[in-house]
Amino acid sequence: MTTICVLYPDLLGTYGDGGNALALAERARRRGVGVDVVEVRLNDSVPDASLYLLGGGEDGPQRLAADLLRGSSFVSRVQDGAKVLAVCAGLQILGLTFCVEGDDEYEGLGLADVVTSRGERRSVGELATRVNGQLLVGFENHGGRTTLHGGVDSLGAVVKGRGNDGTLDGYRTKSIWATYAHGPVLAMNPWFCDEILSGVTGLELDPLASVADRLYQERSRVLSS
Amino acid sequence: MKIAPDLVASLARGRTVILVSGTNGKTTTTSMIVAGWGGAVTTNETGANMPAGHAAALVESKSDHVALEVDEAWIPDSLVSTRPRVVVLLNLSRDQMDRANEVRHLAERWRKALEAHDDDDLVVVANANDPLVVYAAESRANTVWADVPTSWLADALSCPKCTLAISHVGSAWHCTCGFAKPAEVTTILGDELIIDGVSVDLELSMPGEFNRSNAAMALTALHGIDVDLEEAARRVNAIHSVVGRFSIRRWKGHVLRLLLAKNPSGFAAMMATLPEDQSDVWVAVNARLADGHDPSWLYDAPFELLRGHRVYCLGDRRLDLATRLDYGQVDFVVIDDDSTLPTSKGTVPLLANYTAFSDWLARSEP
Repeated sequence: MTTICVLYPDLLGTYGDGGNALALAERARRRGVGVDVVEVRLNDSVPDASLYLLGGGEDGPQRLAADLLRGSSFVSRVQDGAKVLAVCAGLQILGLTFCVEGDDEYEGLGLADVVTSRGERRSVGELATRVNGQLLVGFENHGGRTTLHGGVDSLGAVVKGRGNDGTLDGYRTKSIWATYAHGPVLAMNPWFCDEILSGVTGLELDPLASVADRLYQERSRVLSS
Repeated sequence: MKIAPDLVASLARGRTVILVSGTNGKTTTTSMIVAGWGGAVTTNETGANMPAGHAAALVESKSDHVALEVDEAWIPDSLVSTRPRVVVLLNLSRDQMDRANEVRHLAERWRKALEAHDDDDLVVVANANDPLVVYAAESRANTVWADVPTSWLADALSCPKCTLAISHVGSAWHCTCGFAKPAEVTTILGDELIIDGVSVDLELSMPGEFNRSNAAMALTALHGIDVDLEEAARRVNAIHSVVGRFSIRRWKGHVLRLLLAKNPSGFAAMMATLPEDQSDVWVAVNARLADGHDPSWLYDAPFELLRGHRVYCLGDRRLDLATRLDYGQVDFVVIDDDSTLPTSKGTVPLLANYTAFSDWLARSEP
């Protein structure tokens, strides 16, 4: 049984981010792959899991989530091999520093050599990123400008929207997939959902046809036109 | 419309104004205030709830009694321009995040505007079960607190004052920082409605627990300007639909009940009203400007409530809806061509978000 842990949906889950766990669990279930989804709320401790999901949130909750994770076993579990999908505020929290409430710099968890400052304007709208030849589609809504240091790879190149800085979106490390696309990103991008599911379970997964394929084709067509 | 604030101020001067705001229930509650007040009431019934719409409504009708619904973001301006006798604050939850961005930020703006407002006679009628509303209204000395059922708490799990966890036990709630549900509630809605110690006969013609809450807020506002409660309740009870909402409509041989739901809390509330004996449900979702361009809220709404129904997916974003339902293990059919919709027995509930609702209201007949 693979455990997927949704971290603080009561703080980070503003933009339908709960849909990512739903898509992972359902795509696993249909293939007979055992997946257990657990939600960790504000007063819970962080359990052992193969994959942690972090969503987007507002400034105050984002700061609190960073503090709670700093005081938990989360960082050591990721360093020991657990994987993370981090969206929006989650992407910022895993870096070295991020900005909240104006330009106040706040310490991140340091799991990636990444710094987020306050962008000149808010990035709101559809986001499409080219990831290893495949299009990743979603919607972004954030005020950050994220810079990658020390050879950290981006997740992909922005085709539409802003992402980190107008050119690149998110980042990819051995244990982290990070993107500014909510959407939620795994529900809208079946291939990305399966890539993560495969990466976490170590299984080679057969294709799985569903209506999400039609949605993905439609959004890809709209966003790349 | 830059000149609107001054224009609204001059048009509103000397009139008795009630403002209504909140994420859900603005239009219905405003309609209830209009009906309950009785006689001619100036109002923005079509939902044009920003200064231009307010100015148009105030020009169109000369009645001294004014009930206006106000877009959440415009409350600070409207307080200053209309100088209301009563402001009704219903609830705050995630809605059209691509435009409004952050719901806690709205609560902060309401709070600052109410703190700064210099009219001590202003009566704020506020929902004591919504922590974000309480945060906005708690600084006023004469806030009237209403204890009305409020099911959507997903945006108030973290304290608006200190961000720690709010504990909700039954209808009570509190945070360790001391922020808590106000003790001095004077409107209480349970099986019966009590306003200021008086039992009010509430027998609505419209469905839904949320409409009972809206009516309780409307009647509390009217009580605040000394309208007779018994008379007002009788008139509110007689309302059957509000600008097409909850109305029975006909379209190509189908009989539909039109239900408007614009955001997760609205869908949650509306899905709870669906008849269990009707299998077919039509749901229409768009993501145009007035809806918000971002349909990610579909994953914040508990569509699992539709398990056991067959859902026909309509609207511009029917594939987003269908994908949401599919992941939620709800039986669905994507309708690319309306002529393929099967005729159902009896009345089919049609849930639609804002522009989809307008489309269906326009294409159907009474």
